[in-house]
Amino acid sequence: MKKWIALALAAWLFTGCASMGLDVGVEPWERELLSDEAMTFGSNPTRLGYEQHTYFSKEATSGGSGFSGGGCGCN
Amino acid sequence: MKFILTSLLLLLPNTYATDDLKIENYRGKVVYIDFWASWCAPCKESFPWLNEVQKKYQAQGLVVIGVNVDREKAKADEFLKTTPAQFPIVYNPDGSMPKKFGVQGMPYAVIIDKTGKTIHTHIGFRGDKTKEYEHIIEGALK
Repeated sequence: MKKWIALALAAWLFTGCASMGLDVGVEPWERELLSDEAMTFGSNPTRLGYEQHTYFSKEATSGGSGFSGGGCGCN
Repeated sequence: MKFILTSLLLLLPNTYATDDLKIENYRGKVVYIDFWASWCAPCKESFPWLNEVQKKYQAQGLVVIGVNVDREKAKADEFLKTTPAQFPIVYNPDGSMPKKFGVQGMPYAVIIDKTGKTIHTHIGFRGDKTKEYEHIIEGALK
């Protein structure tokens, strides 16, 4: 009996979150971890800042990397 | 058996108990619900103004309620230490309330009139728009 429960549990766990009926995507109120500085790419924040500035100036766009402010889209 | 129990424990949502906010209890009042989180910079900016409007319109029937969506209460408490709130805070770590209200960004404000109808929502907080927000509150209080 114990073995079967463990097996069923393992099988369920292997499906990850796909079968848990969770919504895909991050809701605005769930951005706590994403807004953390540690979630940005690169090891040098100053350099990254410059690079980003150059990038969005050249492309006439901004956003898409990391988070600014609270995610309200108003920078 | 111990393994199974431990595994089941890990599956539980790691949030603390959520508060229940019953909007029906505020009929006859104008309710301003502000969804905020400790990691949200504009939320910090909005608090002094929220304190101000609460004080200014309280006598006329305005109730400001801050709904915190942090997963850890400690983070919210730390935020409140540096950014005090002079209005009641409701803790909603499981996100059921922002889901119900269809929150599209943080912070998110919902203004509910005396009959319980949502009359206004806005995403984010902008210091230069506070007059506009106050105008809506004043209109609802009349």
